[in-house]
Amino acid sequence: MAILAGQPARQPLLQHILPPPHSVPLAVTAHTATTALGAGLHAQRQALREGRSGLRRNDFGPAPRLDCWIGRVEGLEQVSLPADLSEWESRNHRLAWRALHQDGFLEAAAAAVARHGATRVAVLVGTSTSSIGETEAAYAQQQDGRFPEALARLLVHTPHALGDFVAQVTGARGPCMTVATACSSSAKVFALASRMLQAGLADAAIVGGVDTLCGSVLYGFNALQLVSPDPCRPFDAHRRGLSLGEAGGFALLERDGSQPRGWLCGYGESSDAHHMSAPHPQGLGAQRAMADALARAGLEPDAIGYLNLHGTATPANDSVEAQAVAALFPASLHASSTKGWTGHTLGAAGIVESVLTLLALEDGLLPGTLNSTEPDPACGPQVRMATEHRRIDHAMNNAFGFGGNNCSLVFARA
Amino acid sequence: MTRTTLTAGIEGISLWTAQARSWEAFRALLAGKPSDDATSHAATRPAPALLPPNERRRAPDTVLVALEAAQAACIDAGRDPSTLPSVFVSTYGDLAITEHLCQTLATAPLELSPTRFHNSVHNAAAGYWTIAAGAMEPATALSADFAMGLLEAIAQLLAGAPAVLLVGYDGNAPGLLRQVAPTEGLLGGALVLGPVAPGRPRLSLALLDGQAPEFTAPVAAGNAMAPMLALFQALALGGDATVLPAGPDRVLRVELAYD
Repeated sequence: MAILAGQPARQPLLQHILPPPHSVPLAVTAHTATTALGAGLHAQRQALREGRSGLRRNDFGPAPRLDCWIGRVEGLEQVSLPADLSEWESRNHRLAWRALHQDGFLEAAAAAVARHGATRVAVLVGTSTSSIGETEAAYAQQQDGRFPEALARLLVHTPHALGDFVAQVTGARGPCMTVATACSSSAKVFALASRMLQAGLADAAIVGGVDTLCGSVLYGFNALQLVSPDPCRPFDAHRRGLSLGEAGGFALLERDGSQPRGWLCGYGESSDAHHMSAPHPQGLGAQRAMADALARAGLEPDAIGYLNLHGTATPANDSVEAQAVAALFPASLHASSTKGWTGHTLGAAGIVESVLTLLALEDGLLPGTLNSTEPDPACGPQVRMATEHRRIDHAMNNAFGFGGNNCSLVFARA
Repeated sequence: MTRTTLTAGIEGISLWTAQARSWEAFRALLAGKPSDDATSHAATRPAPALLPPNERRRAPDTVLVALEAAQAACIDAGRDPSTLPSVFVSTYGDLAITEHLCQTLATAPLELSPTRFHNSVHNAAAGYWTIAAGAMEPATALSADFAMGLLEAIAQLLAGAPAVLLVGYDGNAPGLLRQVAPTEGLLGGALVLGPVAPGRPRLSLALLDGQAPEFTAPVAAGNAMAPMLALFQALALGGDATVLPAGPDRVLRVELAYD
């Protein structure tokens, strides 16, 4: 592989029998994100420009609470879904509903359904915990060994509830899948969409992801000793773990578009084959995902102007990812983690950070790494703490999940 | 509009459920010659050889059944498991873990087990598989109908994968979850799909409007993944087509050929 020239020691481990073929670029004809920074693209842009974090002290759920910081989406408790969707009521679906209604996304999705036909529009969404918050509530409120009637609704107690809900709301009737590969879920949906359109199984794909704060993830990551008592500081030498967040986001992918917002040029996926909750020590899986994404995009590493890192701020992820990036990319790359703004939004991280990557391409604002000041010794010159302004043509987004599940995406400016 | 022929060769096949603990046992059962599996109560969960014994003891049942099916299909296909990208489809993942997490959260959240938490991810089976098989190839975990896994597997073949491992599985809903997540017993089935080749069965897919016909699974009938058995039964009996559910008012028509 040409892109690995000068890295002979690592080459055999990354080599395929055949390199992946170039993929046909797909037009991103609409996109949106709703995070702790606010609802829609304008709120994300403003917070990026101002260097304003969406993290706050943990005020989620009943006291006593874990002493940590969270990226919580404001006001999800005060709204409810329309009456005809009441069977779908959950925090996750309320966030999905709100995210779908930003930036004209629902109208763009409806137009795609009208243009291509409902059965030709796929719904490919990612989540880690879907509506498990409702299942948790049902257990907390159990009476005489039964769930309370109001919570015993069938439609929310499976991960696929999210895919079914988005299909219901958008009217799309093409292939509908919920990808649940932990924190890579809503990055992988772009890869699935690319294949789905290439195979002729659809003419457009609504991709995205939604994950909401719940007891499982707060206390689960706490049990793994990965939650920071302070706001997360990705790639900082003194980082103490992650800050959990919640978010929802969507993108509409088509073969062509009259006014595309950007292009999906390539994807790379891999497995660490190492450990369920710890990354491969040399980041071989991460390197392979990034190398495959470049190969599918037909680009050399120096073509990438911005890399949105997975950068969770856990000790292990950041040092391994920094090394993997240093092994592949020249010193001129501007790479950063945006989790100091949004928190780690788990199954939604892939879509949120793809949207932020698309904004970097649109605006020429390359985010730094909020909250972080002193780079970990493992960081190469690629990892940047300060925001920069520069027009770029191509950008990458990394998302890595439990089970050693990796995905990298390459986007281009429209 | 691009239309591609959605055809693949079936290189390997496997099945595990308590009443039929192998593809051969399933075929025998359908032929009216049930093996001991149908009556014995010895093993209620499989012991996939790929997992080290200590992991086998601790792994969730759904991980065991998925890995058992995956490994048997690779052996049947004569494929090295480390070389295959994989697609794992499960409606619910492991509900015993879900129940344990939710009960612990309701009573003593600070006592949540870190191992149970990382085993609670929907891609637990996919993760354990790639680790045990040493597979750095992509692994995908879906919550959807088995038909969607077939579509993704065939899309991977069309995108250049030499062969793809597809596994469908679900487990038993314990305790309170029976009320909201209807699934019983343990079921895992797997296919290795590859290029069409002479002497190898092949399938062709078409996604259509419609309702899947009523299907009574010959084994594991109460399992959420049992609808996939319509395809496995058709393959066992040499049938020429079957129809699988593929979402609301949508079906996947699967045509089969054996020449």
